Amino acid sequence: MEKQAVSQERRSRQTRSMAGRILSYFFLTLWAVIVLFPFYWMLLTSVKSYSAYNSEYVPAFFTLQPTLQNYFDAFSAVPLGRYFLNTLIYTGVTTVIMIVVVVLSAYAFARLDFIGRKITFTLFLSLMMIPNELVVITNFVTITNLGLRNTFSGLILPSIASVFYIYLLKENFEQVPEELYKAAKVDGTSDLKYLFKVMMPICQPTIVTIAILKIIECWNAYVWPRLITDNQAYFLVSNGIQEIRENGFGRENIPAMMAAVVVISVPLIVLFLVFHKKIMEGVSRGGTKG
Amino acid sequence: MKMNRFKGWLYLLPALLFLGVFMLYPLVDVVIYSLEEGYNSASQTYFGVGLYNFSYVLHDPYFLQAVKNTLLLVVITVPVSTGLALLISMLLASIPKLRDLYQTVFFLPYVTNTLAVGLVFMILFKKTPYSDGMINALIALFGGESVDFIDGPYWAKMLVMCLYTVWVVMPFKILILTSALASVNPDYYKVARVDATPKWRIFTKITLPMISPMIFYLVITGFIGAFKAYSDEVALFGTNLNAAGMNTIVGYVYDMLYGDSGGYPSYASAAALILFAIVLTITVINLLVSRRHVHYA
Repeated sequence: MEKQAVSQERRSRQTRSMAGRILSYFFLTLWAVIVLFPFYWMLLTSVKSYSAYNSEYVPAFFTLQPTLQNYFDAFSAVPLGRYFLNTLIYTGVTTVIMIVVVVLSAYAFARLDFIGRKITFTLFLSLMMIPNELVVITNFVTITNLGLRNTFSGLILPSIASVFYIYLLKENFEQVPEELYKAAKVDGTSDLKYLFKVMMPICQPTIVTIAILKIIECWNAYVWPRLITDNQAYFLVSNGIQEIRENGFGRENIPAMMAAVVVISVPLIVLFLVFHKKIMEGVSRGGTKG
Repeated sequence: MKMNRFKGWLYLLPALLFLGVFMLYPLVDVVIYSLEEGYNSASQTYFGVGLYNFSYVLHDPYFLQAVKNTLLLVVITVPVSTGLALLISMLLASIPKLRDLYQTVFFLPYVTNTLAVGLVFMILFKKTPYSDGMINALIALFGGESVDFIDGPYWAKMLVMCLYTVWVVMPFKILILTSALASVNPDYYKVARVDATPKWRIFTKITLPMISPMIFYLVITGFIGAFKAYSDEVALFGTNLNAAGMNTIVGYVYDMLYGDSGGYPSYASAAALILFAIVLTITVINLLVSRRHVHYA
């Protein structure tokens, strides 16, 4: 009698946890659908033909006659290739220069001994609190006065400084045993050689993470490029999207617009699919967004 | 030895140059701009020094509208996104399979171009003469009235803006909370199970206190992020946010600086400093409140 009651209770607990699990999966799947739906919709709309799209009063959830025409339109009606190339140049150059600057200063803070090291580092850290919105105004005036509007230099120069990555890499550099540095010194290895031959290979994962986070940031940059370029020849993809939205294709050609959006989104999504572990780990260590 | 001292600075030189020119100098300069009255960007002259720029900005109806929009956005999206992210990470922690897959999918919005996806949201919610749009089709399915969420009434525009903001900020929050939940010492849960502690009690007495520093971190970064909202709004409503009545404080700063309404760096600087003051105040209040409620292990 007692035994029966116990097993009955266990069974009811099991069914309850089973129901809870199903509910968990249901809600998680629901959120996954909400996350993925915009991507599905842009892809779907981009392969609907212009006439098909405009004849649907209630939008259809699938299409039986996919077409690539919109992609041709996207590249021929607006200089999408140009925007793409610009963004590639901007992202590549900014990231490379930033890595050089960050590696050098992180190394100085982590290993080199010089007067005022501590106080300078504290000053660097306090700069992390400064919001971009405060400095953008003067940078806009500076770049304008230097005559660098609508140039790559004007786009790139103010995007390089990033205190946070210096901090992140310095922490990582400090984990490399100092004995290695001292031994290298005894052997007469120069500081620069030690940095390239020992420090950078050991800390490569962090450097790669920093580079990826910077690439994402550059690819999505909108505000600064918008301020500093009004010549379409220097637009980045974000500005290109906005330009397309406001003037391109005529406002009605939404399938072509979506084709452009797909083209612009693909590189980052590919980057994410390849590096998602690294990106998520990097962001949880130091991203701030939202 | 002397050579050594000089060398450290040499390595720092590039960083010092970039930070000096593009961060430190602008920081001083923005204060100077904000105090120069009647600054003319063409002739680079001004009449006098004082607080007029601040008073102008604070009396500008566009600025007040921007403050109202931004505050609403902050007050709605920070609690909603943090709560939702907590729920989703708890659910993630409770399932035995497919956790990595869900986590990866949930993180996707973080790496996408907000302007690009914003455009998709715009199309989903927009009502045009030839189509009511996807969302309105859904609303009609449930027997509701169709609404233009992009050019329609204020509440509808605010709703889309909040929905899109939540969609954009969720990945970061889910990621942080998932790793926070994973780092709670499992011994606590074992002891609680031995004591047959009810689930909600485990949640309020163990889980919540243990992850409270991370929740607090998310609330602070959430506040700061939402106060700086701008590109999401541009994606949804276009560059002329004042006309749409959906401008934000940061949007006001940029509008004062550039574009058809631009050419007033002094007003822009005053507005940016006001924003900074608001964010700083709220962060300090948050810190004070958290001292009493956050449990640091």
